[in-house]
Amino acid sequence: MRRIIELMKRIAKELVRDPRTLALVFVAPVLVMWLMSVVFSVNSTTHVDVATVGVQSSLRTQLNDVKHVSTHRYATTHSAKAALKSGKVDAIVKERDNRFDITYANTDSTKTSVTKMAFQSSMTSTTLKQLSEQVTKLAMANATLQAKMQAQAAAQQGAAGSTSASATPTKKTATKAVKVHNHYVYGDSNTNYFDKIMPIMMAFFVFLFVFLVSGMALLKERSTGTLDRVLATPVRRSEIVLGYLGTYGILALLQTIVIVITTVWLLNVEIVGSLVNVVLVNVLVSFVALAAGIFLSTLAASEFQMMQFIPIVIVPQIFLSGLIPLDSLPKWLDYVSYIFPLRYAADAQNAIIFNGDGLGSIWLDLVILVIFVVVLAALNVVGLKRYRKV
Amino acid sequence: MADVITLQGLTKRFGQQTVLNGVDLDLQSGEILGLIGPSGAGKSTVIKTTLGMEFADSGSAKVYGAEMPNRVLLGQIGYMAQSDALYTTLTGRENLEFFAVMKGLPKDTLGAEIDRVAQVVDLTGDLGKRVSGYSGGMMRRLSLAIALLHSPRLLVLDEPTVGIDPALRIRIWEELRRAVQAGSSVLITTHVMDEAEKCDRVALLLGGKVMAFDAPAKLEADYNVDTIEEVFLKAEGEL
Repeated sequence: MRRIIELMKRIAKELVRDPRTLALVFVAPVLVMWLMSVVFSVNSTTHVDVATVGVQSSLRTQLNDVKHVSTHRYATTHSAKAALKSGKVDAIVKERDNRFDITYANTDSTKTSVTKMAFQSSMTSTTLKQLSEQVTKLAMANATLQAKMQAQAAAQQGAAGSTSASATPTKKTATKAVKVHNHYVYGDSNTNYFDKIMPIMMAFFVFLFVFLVSGMALLKERSTGTLDRVLATPVRRSEIVLGYLGTYGILALLQTIVIVITTVWLLNVEIVGSLVNVVLVNVLVSFVALAAGIFLSTLAASEFQMMQFIPIVIVPQIFLSGLIPLDSLPKWLDYVSYIFPLRYAADAQNAIIFNGDGLGSIWLDLVILVIFVVVLAALNVVGLKRYRKV
Repeated sequence: MADVITLQGLTKRFGQQTVLNGVDLDLQSGEILGLIGPSGAGKSTVIKTTLGMEFADSGSAKVYGAEMPNRVLLGQIGYMAQSDALYTTLTGRENLEFFAVMKGLPKDTLGAEIDRVAQVVDLTGDLGKRVSGYSGGMMRRLSLAIALLHSPRLLVLDEPTVGIDPALRIRIWEELRRAVQAGSSVLITTHVMDEAEKCDRVALLLGGKVMAFDAPAKLEADYNVDTIEEVFLKAEGEL
């Protein structure tokens, strides 16, 4: 125990006296996340310009009324196509003999989707309007008919009772204006892509930096020979691993607190669940990263070789943990993502941050992360056998 | 006198290469044993097997009669590697404190022991400085000081005086003699032939075996030469 504490103290001293590593661990994530939040909030609204050729006025008005869509009337298809080519418009809607031809520039798939949806909804609105106009006409005709029939019946019966309630022929079936109110379980109307990826980013940064820093630290011990010298003492291999876990665990705890404070207060991201749970998940992620970093460093002969692990270990994790919506990925990739610890961390963080879930629902993800740590740490203790046989 | 180190029939292969091919060696209590041989002869492998850092493929390595590897026994062995192996962002004192605790020195004697070894290598005034600011010679001295912590009964030094100026080298040898007089034993590997002359016995490792193993004077007589260097060259020539 005494040796573990001494190891932790030494590793901590080395960390504290390395200002660049500290900047990498604390400042870099904050900077990157701030940058991402700015970038993603600027791009949240897409505006589309649509050229119309021969489109009936009711539909044209409806289309123009759609938010973020503006229509421009063109006399000929030729002039509209010229506008499309020059980039003045993003799509052309041509109506001829009850047939619609829509041409999309399609250089921005978001704009194409917006155009498609806007057109669909405009069509529906127009059709509905026409339908309701017909219904009104029919109702009026029906009312007039009813009145006529009653008048005839009254005339047959004689003079009196002309005060019989005659359905007012001008009874209008008023189409009440429909209003839609939007309510948001999480966030508000300004919630954007950054808010969606923020939980994953938090876990990712913790993983990336702890992985690199710990892997490099152990590599340095091997290349300078200090690991051999330490192993020439009665220290146990498990004590060395625990020493690293201890200090880097505390480091990750501090890093998570800094990142959480940044996202909640500086970037105004809403966290529905408990902050303590958010910190807990990240600390677990750091333990996994630490154990993985140390383990993989035994497979690397130099710092550069350690960097070569980044495309294998780091990059797939960030893509498969939900940065790109998992339901849009092919199913087999979804299964593959389960071998990566970040998948479980991202699932847990999403549940806490968006749903406000407590330990009761995320316990399985946490248990799996703990299993990762235990297995990797055990592998480390065995892996150190390469440098001392006992 | 009981053997401090006994190596019997030590064999070690690295892949296709056989580095040690039946090495027999012993270190007696209270002597300085010099292990010499060409680069790649396996001197470091002998050291690593003695310390339990490597498994021998066959044969045995015993320290104080106990089979190596043996973790607990490492507390009684002082090891100085070829490389400096120091934590450069820590001060000299912090390095010494760290390794002292790793070795298991009791808390109450820690401070005194650090001061003692620092004085032996003449680093007392520089203990408060970070190792990154040390000169090459100062780092070597600190490395030796760490090996001397707790006055181990067995000192294993792998080319300790590489790149050391003559004055410092004399000082290191004085300390080794003092340690031996106080009851320690020393296994030292070296390329420096005049150092080999100063050892009590010299073992020449060549072709994976110990080719010659005796007091320097006797070896010189056996090979009919005047210096250990010539013994070395003659033995290599004969191979």
